[in-house]
Amino acid sequence: MSPIPTSAPLVDSDVLAKVLAKGRSTGAEFAEIYIEDKRSTSAGLDDGKIEQVTSGRDRGAGIRVVSGETTGFAHTSDLSERGLLAAAQAAAIAARQGDGEVHTIALNPLVRHPVNNVRIAPDEVAKARKVEMLHRVDSAARSVDGAVVQVTAGYGDSMKRILIANSDGVFSADEQVRTLFRVNVVANADGGMQTGRDSIGQTIGFEIFEDQDVEELAVRAAKRAITKLKARPAPSGSMPVVIKRGSGGVLFHEACGHGLEADLVGKGASVYRGKVGEMVAAPFITLVDDGTMTGEWGAIGVDDEGHPSQRNVLIENGVLTDYMWDFLRARKERRRQSGNGRRQSYADLPMVRMTNTFVLNGSSEPDDIVRSTERGVYVAQLGGGSVDTASGDFVFGMTEAYLIENGEITEPLREGNLIGNGPQVLNDIDMLGNDFAMGNPGTCGKDGQGVPVGDGQPTLRVKGLTIGGTAA
Amino acid sequence: MSVEVPELQAIADRVVAQASKGEQIEAYVGRGGETAIRVYEGEVEHFVSAQSEGVGIRVIKDGRTGFAYAGTLDPAAVGEVLAEARDNVQFGTSDEFAGLAEPDGVEPIPQKFWDEELEHFLTSEKIAITKELEKLTLAIDPRIRVEESNYDDGWGETAVSTTTGIRESGRGNSCYVSVGTLADEGDETQVGYGFSVGDSPKEFNLPKAAREASDRATRLLGATKPPSKRVTVVLDPYVTAQFLGVISSTLNGESVSKGRSFFADRLGDQVADSRITLVDDPTNPLAYTATDIDGEGLAARRNVLIEDGVLKKFVHSSYSARRLKTVSTGNAVRGGFAGSPGVGCIAMQLTPGTKSQDELIADVDDGVWVQMVQGLHSGVNPISGDFSTGASGLLISKGQVGAPVREFTIASTLQRMLLDVVALGNDVDWLPTHAAGLTMVIRDVTMSGA
Repeated sequence: MSPIPTSAPLVDSDVLAKVLAKGRSTGAEFAEIYIEDKRSTSAGLDDGKIEQVTSGRDRGAGIRVVSGETTGFAHTSDLSERGLLAAAQAAAIAARQGDGEVHTIALNPLVRHPVNNVRIAPDEVAKARKVEMLHRVDSAARSVDGAVVQVTAGYGDSMKRILIANSDGVFSADEQVRTLFRVNVVANADGGMQTGRDSIGQTIGFEIFEDQDVEELAVRAAKRAITKLKARPAPSGSMPVVIKRGSGGVLFHEACGHGLEADLVGKGASVYRGKVGEMVAAPFITLVDDGTMTGEWGAIGVDDEGHPSQRNVLIENGVLTDYMWDFLRARKERRRQSGNGRRQSYADLPMVRMTNTFVLNGSSEPDDIVRSTERGVYVAQLGGGSVDTASGDFVFGMTEAYLIENGEITEPLREGNLIGNGPQVLNDIDMLGNDFAMGNPGTCGKDGQGVPVGDGQPTLRVKGLTIGGTAA
Repeated sequence: MSVEVPELQAIADRVVAQASKGEQIEAYVGRGGETAIRVYEGEVEHFVSAQSEGVGIRVIKDGRTGFAYAGTLDPAAVGEVLAEARDNVQFGTSDEFAGLAEPDGVEPIPQKFWDEELEHFLTSEKIAITKELEKLTLAIDPRIRVEESNYDDGWGETAVSTTTGIRESGRGNSCYVSVGTLADEGDETQVGYGFSVGDSPKEFNLPKAAREASDRATRLLGATKPPSKRVTVVLDPYVTAQFLGVISSTLNGESVSKGRSFFADRLGDQVADSRITLVDDPTNPLAYTATDIDGEGLAARRNVLIEDGVLKKFVHSSYSARRLKTVSTGNAVRGGFAGSPGVGCIAMQLTPGTKSQDELIADVDDGVWVQMVQGLHSGVNPISGDFSTGASGLLISKGQVGAPVREFTIASTLQRMLLDVVALGNDVDWLPTHAAGLTMVIRDVTMSGA
């Protein structure tokens, strides 16, 4: 195993100390610099052709200065000492109209906390090999059925180096390598067009394709589209919903994950405010957010404030144990942060974000969960979701679903949203399987910033959720 | 464009000048800045002041396309971007339709995109406005808290040059304020929002933004889950604008040419109620997303997409147009320097009806007035047409607005909804989105609740 060689820091530590001192020069208590250097490659196939291979380079620094309750922020793509000092000056002025004191900053030794082992760095793999996979998935998807009329596929990798230093002495670095592959298929028949999709993504390198076959991915996506050609409209009204393992983590991400982010809790914009120590879910529910989960899409060595990632138990046996924290909220509550301060890029302010969020196994056999459901909906693949954390109302899409009739999975259903209320749904989970699996790679959006997140859960049943279909 | 940016144009020109024989090159150079101020409980919570710049380069040779970008204008880095884009060419599949846009003789219509007043607006005044908006909102109702009061402005300069003879540059700036509210009653909390847009901060209507943010949240207090049934829905202007955003992907020439639009073979057909006339018109200065050139440097223009319910036209970039043997409609769109051009509607507008929202509601026998939708990205499929979204709003019975409702979905298909439109309002709202809003009434939509 040969991890990516540890390269020299992106900027010298004596320059960082000067920049942080400049950040505090208007009297602010805290200054932080986040430096990012990211190289990415992507290739897209559509309509049988490789449309384009794209190479990207994003490099820059974000400087944050905190004075009292006010945060000043500036960013720059100029990593020279001059460029960084100018940005620090701008952030300092933004945070506070100055006192002119001179500050000295002493950085601690550099902290690295690698959680992901990358074996094959994507930039060491020829572009031709990446492109060749796209052609294979096109043929694989089209060979499933003559009704497949269009295939879109995408390959993407990114290698991101980050360096964070702050005036409290924090000095951390991380290297995050992510590799992703996705397939979207359109099938057409007399009843109209349907779509199917699948994706894989991990915080590792090109070795992801040793264990996972992209042609199988294409076949799964194609079969989803083909199956839905015969789908009937989804029902309306409330009924039991069984969610297949590894497909419904987004339920918890929306039903309670966002509501447990300390920035929303702190502003009283979460239904879970003031509920620590209380029973908020069925007693067999244990919910964890874990940034150290090796290789998973949301795994990070350190968060984007330089704090090592960690495993945080949020709900234990139904009891709310803790929220997720970033630097600002932890500082306000005088407690430790939890490794959940993340940002999309150097051009964005960090805030409280999830990493890999999942529910641990229960004790039911997954087959029994379906068999004991007389009439309901079986969801085999979920789309995205969203939540209003203040009321707790959340939606998530079902992109592969079936009716359950007399304990058996029967007819396929067309797409739609499901809607529920977070605290209600957590209590309405009445069966939890023993077949835990992580789900597809996701991008979580909050306040205009997207970050990679993972989720997972065993097969489970919610005794009543509102299905957003059109049938009676 | 109205105002030229010679410095960026020169950078783009220098890249294009390096083209070798048989090579097409497009250089897109961008630079921009933003100010973002957030106020919470009378204090500035954050103040963001930032600038960014970069270049995206497209190279096409023998029908193969390569692309690269970098977030810097450092000359050495720009050289690397060109080398990367050239290297990427060999991996593309040869496509007879690949190519850059060529000048088509359509002159851009000059508009004013730069506001001097905004350029010179004092930071202290921006902060004062943000604080004022919070104060005004809090004063409306004792049950209201403000989660965030925001001021945002931005400016941008772009230049595009190509070996096919396109040379365009321009700059623009804009600003808006927004406020997010929480209304409390007992254990219950509901959210609301309000915003105001202007060429300069002097044009903001703060009292209106505050009032809307307060009303939207307090109106929903006490909301319950409605029963499931078929109803008429009255969509608020902002919801209509979001609905049009979904419809736009079915009118996208690239989706049409690749078999991903259910409208592909329907030109000339009645696809919507005859009340529907939909144009995409970036030349209308009232549109927030108005522009004079598109993402490939061709003149933006007014395109009638649906007229009296009849499907008239799809929107195209030069690439999608070549695929369908037609001409670009000036609808190449790109997400800054880091993206190559795609196709999209830019500034959609529906021809308004004659009645106000109140009059439209008075005409509804059994319905729901939808104020917010949730999950348009997860429950709507523009390829199959399935439409299902979470919603909240107020019931309407015999023309009267009744109890608030939440935690329900509204569902139909996009194809049916266009045909089931029964009325459009006269309340055009130029929202900061790619579509102007107005009240739209659609019959026979499934409300799914308890």
